[in-house]
Amino acid sequence: MRLANAILQRLCNAILLIAAVIVFNFALIHLAPGDPAQVIAGEMGGANAKILAEIRHAYGLDKPFLEQLWIYVSHVLRGDLGQSYYFNAPVAQLVAQRALATVLLVFSGLIAAIIFGTLLGVFSARRPRGALSHGVTILSLVGYSAPVFWTGILLILLFAAAVPIFPVEGMMDPARTGGGWIGRAIDIAHHLVLPATSLGIVYLAQYSRLARASMLDVLGADYIRAARAKGLSENVVVYKHALRNAILPVVTVAGLDLGRVFAGAVLVETVFDWPGMGRLAYGSILRRDSPTLLGILLFSAVIVIIGNLLTDLAYRLIDPRIRTSA
Amino acid sequence: MLDGLTRRQFIEISACAMAAPAIGWPNEAAAAAAPAGGTLVVAAAAGSPRHFNSAVQSGIATGMPAAQIFASPLRFDDQWRPHPYLAERWELAPDGMSLTLHLVKGATFHDGQPITSADVAYSILTIRDNHPFKTMFAPVKQVDTPDPATAVIRLTQPHPALLICMSPPLCPILPKHVFDNGHDIKTNPANLAPIGSGPFKFVEYKPGDHITLEKYDRFFLPGRPKLDRIIYRIISDPSAIVVGLEQGETNFLPFAVSTRDLTRLAKKKTLGVTAQGYQGFGPINWLAFNLLRKPLDDKRVRKAIYHAIDRDFITKKLLLGFAQEATGPIVPSSPFYSAAVDPYAFDLKRANALLDEAGLKPDARGKRFSLTVDYLPIGGPEEQQNIAEYLKPQLKKVGIDVQVRSAPDFPTWAQRISNWDFDMTMDQVFNWGDPVVGVHRTYLTSNIRKGVIWSNTQNYRNPQVDQLLDEAAVTLDEQKRKALYAQFQKIVVDDAPIAWINIVPYNSVYDRRLGNLPTTIWGALSPMDDLYWKESHA
Repeated sequence: MRLANAILQRLCNAILLIAAVIVFNFALIHLAPGDPAQVIAGEMGGANAKILAEIRHAYGLDKPFLEQLWIYVSHVLRGDLGQSYYFNAPVAQLVAQRALATVLLVFSGLIAAIIFGTLLGVFSARRPRGALSHGVTILSLVGYSAPVFWTGILLILLFAAAVPIFPVEGMMDPARTGGGWIGRAIDIAHHLVLPATSLGIVYLAQYSRLARASMLDVLGADYIRAARAKGLSENVVVYKHALRNAILPVVTVAGLDLGRVFAGAVLVETVFDWPGMGRLAYGSILRRDSPTLLGILLFSAVIVIIGNLLTDLAYRLIDPRIRTSA
Repeated sequence: MLDGLTRRQFIEISACAMAAPAIGWPNEAAAAAAPAGGTLVVAAAAGSPRHFNSAVQSGIATGMPAAQIFASPLRFDDQWRPHPYLAERWELAPDGMSLTLHLVKGATFHDGQPITSADVAYSILTIRDNHPFKTMFAPVKQVDTPDPATAVIRLTQPHPALLICMSPPLCPILPKHVFDNGHDIKTNPANLAPIGSGPFKFVEYKPGDHITLEKYDRFFLPGRPKLDRIIYRIISDPSAIVVGLEQGETNFLPFAVSTRDLTRLAKKKTLGVTAQGYQGFGPINWLAFNLLRKPLDDKRVRKAIYHAIDRDFITKKLLLGFAQEATGPIVPSSPFYSAAVDPYAFDLKRANALLDEAGLKPDARGKRFSLTVDYLPIGGPEEQQNIAEYLKPQLKKVGIDVQVRSAPDFPTWAQRISNWDFDMTMDQVFNWGDPVVGVHRTYLTSNIRKGVIWSNTQNYRNPQVDQLLDEAAVTLDEQKRKALYAQFQKIVVDDAPIAWINIVPYNSVYDRRLGNLPTTIWGALSPMDDLYWKESHA
């Protein structure tokens, strides 16, 4: 019952949030100078006044701002995200084509960062003054400070140019034929390694620091001493008793990070020409393609809200105290 | 040499009722024996095309795949000579008021339907009414179709640019039965699932990722195309483009401009670099002046600025020797180029003297006046931004204080320039084959249109220039026409509404195992039906 209430409350918040996302973004995009008709004309290599007027009329750009906003909102309420000014294709279709690529990149980067970061943190917490601990600290500092696009370019130079073991462009090799879906999956995984790594490294640093601090905290607690006194093996103490408590801050931050990882994905997608939403969003800003941009922002908002909801559920799963009290 | 060739071209196009010459296609002998098969992966750096219908959309992004999907009546070689393509013969009427196209027999669209004169008529009228380059077919009154294999284009006035307007990037022949479906042609669903009659048929388009084309088995030229597939990989990141070519993930990069990347790629043994294949485009980087603003309305001030710019430094140092200096509105590779203009030699003394003469004396700190300079924010920084920034210290030497105004993106820049809200701007404009198509628009008084980018945004007005251009647009005699353009170039260079800086150093980077690269005047925007792999590759 309590769970249902909590979810319901969050959904209400989510709807308000989404409404705000739509209105604010619509207004912001319209504040930017330049109009899509000029972009389309620019792409054509020139235009005349008649063509410009035709384009503006075709997309309703000649109507007043509030009327345009109303038309957009009423369409979205009916589940219609509109047509892209630029590609002249339904926004829902454009976003759907790209969404999977971004979700794949973001989740593999984030999950790898969480798993490896936490493990590194735990290792270093067990010997806080050991060589491994110092190594992890240095790695964290470097990884966290380096801009994600720089890491990406460096990885390309290292693992695609100097030692060419990974491809640099896109998500799959379009020239590849045959091999079935397994071959395709391997191809995608092969293409995924470098972008997911460059996206993950920043967060890896963060999680290793977080897990290390939180682990050190927990390992000093009385119940750990009790567990050790009971004669439990060190591995059981660390992984069963300590980690379960130490991981809570990691889960919290992971939920918060989801939105930030999406933002970071724009840069990684650009560097690796990953056909995801980030690049589509960036391109759409440059083209003043507001329906596409709004569609992407809407989708991202929904993903972040779902992510936060999942974080809450994970909390309940890990920490029995929340299940009963909160 | 150029003279001889263009005279020959002139004879070809104006000799009355003369059938198309049976000049062999330059690569034909080699192509017949060339091995077939293989996939070509093109690095497409121009971005995701809006769609593939080049009848209503210009630009490189659409033009490259469209030239493979759609065939055109004629095609051109690297010497501006027309060759048969969909039209096996053509005749220009002696009075220049009509052009008769005799279509090749047995040609079909990718859906198997035959190509008829009705398709040609439909396409030409569609282009006339919808293409951004209005001047291409503006004089077309109607297209008659006496029989399915003959189309007669009837004109309201002689139109010397008509033949070049029949070329692949400008005149795709659309299947009427597919495109004439009741939808507006600009937003037609068929534009994204195009059916043409070119050497390759459309298979798949993933915006932001790739375009896949496949060999059309029933292409009307026997033995062509050689390749099985062409994939246009849409890549935006400069370092990924370079590494991708080095690693062989992509095999061909047309329209490469980054001179630093070109220098690096040229060192790779498996890759070749060529500047061939861009004559038709005639791309110029220039500094445009807003003649509505003081003191730029004074010709002496514009001349002074032009004299103060060291174009040798720009082409040799900023562009690492890849670029050629521009001397006027028409590119040197055009048959209508004239070198008989008063050149603007780099001369700071003369610049100072001109500014003094204009009454713009320097103040105590040596400053005469201030100006802003914008620059086109697309492509790499090398041609536009770097040159705009170079102008700041350079023009300071003659007492002009220059502020560089950057624009975050194309729409912002286009908004400023098209609404005449600028002092000076760096810009890049194409000649597009014939001056009628790409040159007139910048200088005609009648094309001063607020809100339209790449119109006469300089607000340049010279009745003599208007008259010369109007006359050149209807003069069939090639020598007379050349004389008119020579006169135009002399006047407009003297008026200096624009300081023409350099020819854009477009280059193609290619895998050396490729044969018959597209090096015609339209380069990668011409059909690549004879391109082949010399040896099989992985």
